[in-house]
Amino acid sequence: MPRRRSLYWPHNMLKMRIIPCLDVHDGRVVKGVNFVDLVDAGDPVEQATIYDAQGADELCFLDITATHEGRESMYEVIRRTADVCFMPLTVGGGVRTTEDVRNLLLAGADKVSINTTAVTRPEFVAEAAEKFGRQCIVVAIDAKRTAPGRFEIFTHGGRAPTGIEAIGWAERMVELGAGEILLTSVDREGTRKGFDIALTRAVADAVRVPVIASGGMGTFEHLLKVTQDGHAHAVAMAHVLHYGETKVGEVRAHALAAGLPVRAA
Amino acid sequence: MSAKATVIDYGSGNIFSISHALEHSGATIELTADPKRLAEAERLVLPGVGAFGKAMEQLRACNFIEPILRFVETGRPFLGICVGMQVMMDYGEEFGRQDGLGLVAGHVSAIPPTDADGAPHPVPHIGWNALDATEQDWQGTILDRVGPETAVYFVHSFAAVPDSQGHILATCDYGSRPVTAAITKDNMVGTQFHPEKSGPAGLRILENFIASA
Repeated sequence: MPRRRSLYWPHNMLKMRIIPCLDVHDGRVVKGVNFVDLVDAGDPVEQATIYDAQGADELCFLDITATHEGRESMYEVIRRTADVCFMPLTVGGGVRTTEDVRNLLLAGADKVSINTTAVTRPEFVAEAAEKFGRQCIVVAIDAKRTAPGRFEIFTHGGRAPTGIEAIGWAERMVELGAGEILLTSVDREGTRKGFDIALTRAVADAVRVPVIASGGMGTFEHLLKVTQDGHAHAVAMAHVLHYGETKVGEVRAHALAAGLPVRAA
Repeated sequence: MSAKATVIDYGSGNIFSISHALEHSGATIELTADPKRLAEAERLVLPGVGAFGKAMEQLRACNFIEPILRFVETGRPFLGICVGMQVMMDYGEEFGRQDGLGLVAGHVSAIPPTDADGAPHPVPHIGWNALDATEQDWQGTILDRVGPETAVYFVHSFAAVPDSQGHILATCDYGSRPVTAAITKDNMVGTQFHPEKSGPAGLRILENFIASA
């Protein structure tokens, strides 16, 4: 039976993914706007379990701890999450060495996301992909509009400019071995004003790996727009879910109703 | 007493996810790196990630090959997952031709880098994809009560190509081509996808395996 493909969906027959993202600091979920003003928002495993029950397609943990102790608590969070959540888990934050990647995978992560180290040492992406396979290497790109039609890479939670142009950077990361791009709009992060469509589309059209759009999800209309106009393969969301106003199930139901190929949970 | 499942630990990737998922599905798990334990296994699970040749090499180095073949002869349920399914075939073509366990006639070859229209598409095939029915009846199999169109989670660059269509339990559509998603022969089943990462559908598949005898 041929499947209905009424809307734009060029990504073979893969389902569009809805990915809740949790920022984790010292083993606790934190929330902030534009990566600052963080407040405690509970136990990551508890929240992961809730998202699992609601039918999330994947989970993303971003470890924003800088300390060694914090890193250890992150492994524990991953182990506890993998005990109770039966879906893919992506973990990022402070990944600097192949040993970091190995430890995260052994703790139960399915994919590891590399951000700052990809900027300071791009060949690390190739090393990690060679060692563990590109299917588990995600490169996280934080991009900011710096001039009309120009996007640049920022590091350190969107505070440090690098001067690197984002689209070419994404292409280079995929050449080096990124199996997926987690693309965050620094301008939209935490604002719930909608995704940066131009940014998402430019990157998604430039690379042949899935692009996860992140930063700005506020309404169901935003979700539709970033997949239809932005060509995103997957959508990451944080604020809109964390404050409990919206459930993954509702997002999915709206996506289904709009004809998007989401998984029928 | 709950059903028992023995999971082979031969140093191929993360075996904890599959163990937890089997436990969640109602099984008592024995994780073993000891080939002698296979003789007493009620049902056997062979997980695996990475390359075909590497997985076979590790099974050989850990002396698991003969015990696995003997276990399958007993007629007790056997489940191979991902590369654990691929090595059930005669041979693989990842990094040159490598012998498999030869439990199911056929081979393992690379997913083409282009779709049926010749347009480039991503390999590995990663993500949630829907199961398509073949000529096989799913009733009484691991896909019992898992309808066609159910999405499960795939991560792979190579796929099994059984000689007999009768050994293909399910496929999925990637780039308008069928990719083997699950195989079956006698007391054996294999899934290319990861049931332990496939949410409620995956857990149902594992429950079905645990209920099989």
